[in-house]
Amino acid sequence: MAATARSRRATPRALAEPLAVRLGLTALALAFLGLFLVVPLAAVFSEALAKGVRAYLDAVHEPMALSALKLTLLTAGIAVPLNLVFGLAAAWCIAKFDFPGRSALTTLIDLPFAVSPVISGMIFILLFGRTSPLGPWLQDHGLQVVFAVPGLVLATVFVTFPFVARELIPVMEAAGTEEEEAARVLGAGGWQTFRRVTLPSVKWGVLYGVILCNARAMGEFGAVSVVSGHIRGKTNTLPLHVEILYNEYQFQAAFAVASLLTFLALVTLVAKSVVEWRAGRSPASLPPEPAEAGEGGTGGAR
Amino acid sequence: MSIEVRGVTKRFGDFVAVNDVSLVVPSGELVALLGPSGSGKTSLLRIIAGLERADAGQVLFEGEDATGRDVRRRGVGFVFQHYALFRHMSVFENVAFGLRVRPRATRPSATEIREKVMGLLKLVQLDWLSDRLPSQLSGGQRQRVALARALAVEPRMLLLDEPFGSLDAKVRQELRRWLRRLHDEIRLTSVFVTHDQEEALEVADRVVVMNQGRVEQIGSPEEIFERPATPFVIRFMGNVNVFHGRVQSGKAHLGPLALDYPEHPHAEGRSAAGFTRPYDLDVERDAGAGGGFWATLRHATPAGAVVRLELEGEEGAVLQVEIPRDRHEALRPELGERLYLRPRQVRVFLDPPEAGPRA
Repeated sequence: MAATARSRRATPRALAEPLAVRLGLTALALAFLGLFLVVPLAAVFSEALAKGVRAYLDAVHEPMALSALKLTLLTAGIAVPLNLVFGLAAAWCIAKFDFPGRSALTTLIDLPFAVSPVISGMIFILLFGRTSPLGPWLQDHGLQVVFAVPGLVLATVFVTFPFVARELIPVMEAAGTEEEEAARVLGAGGWQTFRRVTLPSVKWGVLYGVILCNARAMGEFGAVSVVSGHIRGKTNTLPLHVEILYNEYQFQAAFAVASLLTFLALVTLVAKSVVEWRAGRSPASLPPEPAEAGEGGTGGAR
Repeated sequence: MSIEVRGVTKRFGDFVAVNDVSLVVPSGELVALLGPSGSGKTSLLRIIAGLERADAGQVLFEGEDATGRDVRRRGVGFVFQHYALFRHMSVFENVAFGLRVRPRATRPSATEIREKVMGLLKLVQLDWLSDRLPSQLSGGQRQRVALARALAVEPRMLLLDEPFGSLDAKVRQELRRWLRRLHDEIRLTSVFVTHDQEEALEVADRVVVMNQGRVEQIGSPEEIFERPATPFVIRFMGNVNVFHGRVQSGKAHLGPLALDYPEHPHAEGRSAAGFTRPYDLDVERDAGAGGGFWATLRHATPAGAVVRLELEGEEGAVLQVEIPRDRHEALRPELGERLYLRPRQVRVFLDPPEAGPRA
């Protein structure tokens, strides 16, 4: 008995189910995972390579695909830093300060999650489109927002807006404000307190939020589709490009480009796992009071 | 540096945390703010530190108005109840923090910081742990790191919020004495908050007893203990037997007790209460000269040098008495026996005029 208890991760004996049940549940979970995750993923890559590596490389190297890849990276590259700054600022003021409208702001941050991405895209058409109140002014100044890169960026920023803030608010709230107060009393200014105390204590949360935000920014379809106008080589991001290829019955090329997107997603997942693993080991995320025997002496502690 | 608080009031919504409090902490003294939770002691400490803004009143340092002064420019060292150490920094970096965030012009060099920090860690006997993270320390060690960190900026006063609150009894005892010794060494004006009267009496030069946002009494530990100013103080400082009754024309009739009370010579009666500590009651077998009352022994518990007795007086009133062990040996009272209790000392306080006798 002692041996079984010690082996593996010591599941309490009372909680151990019969072997058949455990195997059954595991098999069920694996089958589900296989059916809904592994098979589609494998299908993407097998379809992409269906006509050989050559055709795959051609599809990926094709100028329209490359331009879509560039645009996707550019959009994410602008949207993610913006949302990082916004998320940090929002989380900081929501978690560390009490002010009128605090709960309203918290709710507002969730708005992009609550509305359909298509509607998010529509909002920008209504705001900046030709028939919008801002339309004539934008036209006079030669500014193209909708059906152009700025529109894509705006839509992406809007849709990915909650990720960093949502990730950080609970972490910052859990950390409380005592450390910040301690920093203030010790003479640190607002910026110093933020940079030296607040930020390091939530750095893994920040990274995690950025990764999630980035994943969504690169994969966003609905909102982007509405504001893009689908101008090939100009306003097509990777997800939109996949759709176009697919609609034109270029299945192999569609899947080849989709595999690029999948690859980006996998990289993101790996990065996320690494962050989780590092965060789990980092002292900053350890509970403040580990169960530890009282240390006895103050006098002859040496 | 001396601290003076003048008429400070602080409200949180409808709740008055600090109600028109005034007190003076002379330079170099160690003062305890003592009171039950919710008595406003921590709020007052935070107002002195500048972490909280008073709704009314003034805070003066060395006679100079510091009410609106920013917390960073007050020159206070603050030790938080839960230490508030920077979790991601080593012990060394925690202590060095206050020096590192100084503007370049006044920031010491890296070697100076190193010397200073190690010196302080030596003072709190933790120099051998300088590379550890706070999460790797015990409660007592964290407390001392917090103290070293507060001292690193050379504060002109030290403010401690429940400094020993979250430590176990033994460590708390040791740290208490250590703090007292440290204070005797560095003579820094210090104020600490506690809800533990024993702690306040043992460590402080002067004790401020607070209740419901007000100061009940300010005095040396002896004064607080020997001459409590209010019924609250006498109750808060330890177990006490209470006798309710009335005073009139220089006499007090409090339950079974009748005594002279020249402080109230008026013919018009007032309700009042008498307080007697368990060790201020003599236990006899016979009434002798009188001045006491009879009660029945219900329990006897030996507790070191004393024996605690619980007796039942008239109408079921429970009385607590402590007698020295040898007295108990000599008397050998039996459970259920009628004994004569004679108070050596009774403190009488008039009840507030508007309220009736307290329950």
